[in-house]
Amino acid sequence: MDGARTVKLAALRGAVARLEKPDGGQLEPRVGLGHHAADASLQGGLARGALHEVFAPQEAQNAAATGFTLGLVRRVTANARYVLWIRPDVSAWRTGELAMSGCVELGLDPRRIIIVRAANADMALRAAADGLACNVFGVVVTELWGATRSFDTVASRKLTLAAQTSGVTGLMLRLATSPSVSTAETRWIVRAAHSPPGLVWSPWGMPVFDAELVRNRHGPTGRWIMHWNCDDHLFQPQQFSAEPAGQPAHSQPVVSPSANRPHQAGGFATGAVRQPRRQKYA
Amino acid sequence: MRQARSGNQDGRNTPEESEPIVIVAKINNELKIVSLDDGAARLGLVEDMPLATARAMHPALCIVERDAEADARTLNAIADWCDRFTPLVALDGGSGLFLDISGCAHLFGGEACLMQAICRPLARQGFAVSAGIAGTAVAARALAQSAHGRIVPPGQEADAVINLPVATLGVDSSVVTALRRAGLRSIGDVASRSRGEITARFGADFTEVLRQALGQSDAPISPRQPLPDYVAEQRFADPVATSDVILRTLRKLAEVLVGAMERHGKGARQLTASFFRTDGAMRLIAIEAGQAVTDAAVAERLFVERIDALADPLDPGFGFDLIRLAAVQTVAVTSAQYGFDTRAHEAADVAAFVDRLSARLGSRRIIHYQPHDTHIPERAELAVPAQHGLSTMAWPQRIAAEPPRRPLRLLLTPERIDVTAQFPHGPPAMFKWRQLARRIVRTEGPERIAMEWWRWQEQVPEDGDDEFEELHPPQGRRDAVIDGERLTRDYFRAEDGDGLRYWIYREGIYLREVPAFRWFMHGLFA
Repeated sequence: MDGARTVKLAALRGAVARLEKPDGGQLEPRVGLGHHAADASLQGGLARGALHEVFAPQEAQNAAATGFTLGLVRRVTANARYVLWIRPDVSAWRTGELAMSGCVELGLDPRRIIIVRAANADMALRAAADGLACNVFGVVVTELWGATRSFDTVASRKLTLAAQTSGVTGLMLRLATSPSVSTAETRWIVRAAHSPPGLVWSPWGMPVFDAELVRNRHGPTGRWIMHWNCDDHLFQPQQFSAEPAGQPAHSQPVVSPSANRPHQAGGFATGAVRQPRRQKYA
Repeated sequence: MRQARSGNQDGRNTPEESEPIVIVAKINNELKIVSLDDGAARLGLVEDMPLATARAMHPALCIVERDAEADARTLNAIADWCDRFTPLVALDGGSGLFLDISGCAHLFGGEACLMQAICRPLARQGFAVSAGIAGTAVAARALAQSAHGRIVPPGQEADAVINLPVATLGVDSSVVTALRRAGLRSIGDVASRSRGEITARFGADFTEVLRQALGQSDAPISPRQPLPDYVAEQRFADPVATSDVILRTLRKLAEVLVGAMERHGKGARQLTASFFRTDGAMRLIAIEAGQAVTDAAVAERLFVERIDALADPLDPGFGFDLIRLAAVQTVAVTSAQYGFDTRAHEAADVAAFVDRLSARLGSRRIIHYQPHDTHIPERAELAVPAQHGLSTMAWPQRIAAEPPRRPLRLLLTPERIDVTAQFPHGPPAMFKWRQLARRIVRTEGPERIAMEWWRWQEQVPEDGDDEFEELHPPQGRRDAVIDGERLTRDYFRAEDGDGLRYWIYREGIYLREVPAFRWFMHGLFA
């Protein structure tokens, strides 16, 4: 076999190997959230093929944590891949089912969502291990309620290894509990943040999160107010309605901001984070 | 077609010296003998005799009350066991079984050997068995009820049954009594009358039964299990008990089955594995697949998942001597060739994963949502098992640049909350949910959602044509109207002092539908 043919064969082999790689060889190892400060901390974005945890510190914050997780799912899959969403029965009884109409509002296509109604945390974790073990889904989301004993370091290590092998991103949505030891790549504590101040009749109610990155294996931690843009499917620094009182108020920009817009200084973007009042929840 | 029928009596043979046993049941408010053993029969007792009479004749009787449920269970267990001889087993009344042995007898060395293979193990367990083989089910039943072990060659049913009493036909007892009163005691007597006479007196059904008994007509039996499309089975001379061998056997059978289906371009949607234990017990394990199984490895993996997840594990006891794999439901499949691009068969991969998970958890736990065209929020999304296929129906689009109008988490049932509003039909200012008071900072609403009045069925007395109603039922007929189902809802989005966002509604229109509002929490926004 002459040299040229060997080179060509090697190139073809490389192309086949790329096609056969779990993510088709086209996806970046990290996916940016759109929030520049957070992306800088994360070294470019959320790592694929790893385990990430999102905590709702109190039961009242469950919906906010769900929304933040849904945003991460949307960023990672871009509606191109299927999502396995596993929830134990208790979370449906307490905070309700994941509503598909709500997913549509946040930009995730329900046709791509498959829900597993697990009876308990053990069943949920086993389904999660199955989902992470094969390269079928883009993201596997596992809800766990409260401080569950079955999700210990061994279980989280298993899921981490499975995610690394298959390249599937694993998201643990930990409802109504505070962080504990695990092998997750990143760990977030998410609370709801106020809608930006504006006139009484100005539109409000875009998802706004007070996201605290409390663990980051490859960079600094931080705390940001993040605003989920339901139209561009990006996390963004919070925006103010800059219109003076009396003018027609539109807190939403008329032209949608693009992803690579230069970073806006000021506001809540980096340092000035309002500390939400902690609340006891019965 | 050859039919075999084995009948067995409820009682078991008992040693000579023990007292005679009768089984009694309350019929028309009177205890009557429904069944008895040989000892009791020798004393002159007969079935259908009142217990009081029997007691007067023989005070020392062992009386057992009939347990119809246990009898049915026993008969079903025997029928399960009989599945190993033929897939077509049907129940006949409370104490008989029909086995369609067409094309099966040669596997057991002929009809006589097959009859022995069935009757001997049963007799050894103490059942009084009586069996007969004939060309039609009715003829076989008549033979088995008169004597044990008769085998009628094809075409000679009429000669075999003409001397049997009419009661062996298995028709209603009133018909038997009427025939006896008319002086027609044997089947031959009845057959000698003209068909017209018999039909005029006893109906066409009886004539049909008679024709079947004489072998002039035939009707298929209705088997207990649906007849599988493809079957593969493995018999073991030595019973197997280890799960390793069992799984390897399943794999081998699956390969045979898939090979047979492939030749016809079929794939299995439903597979059942039957495990026959040496002690006669039978265990059936079924798997369902959303995507037709065309690969032995897939079938094996589904069975492994299912067997792993069984609540009561597969108990081999003394071992299985027969394992059978059957494709109960098959569909035509077209083989497709995929390119190198792994993304091309993503949907197929998802379906395979869903099948595997459903085999373990049950299909109702793996859900996919379909949009449903209604304004009522809790009915707008239909949860269907993902195994039934992923929907491709488009969901209603959101309104661009608007904040979300529907919550991300919808409570299973709306929860009552206490709301303070500034004026009765004004927006909420404060509410108490799950024993916690929350002050509302912002609200938006109301968004009025009226219930679907066109689906209601007014409670007016119906005087329509019943038959017409039955054929054309009114659309969306509802039997019960739940409280609040008809009341208009006014939904508000609300944000409290902590930035938490809620979806709450009040029920009814003030002073038109309700005198005072009731408020509910229905969902949570992100």
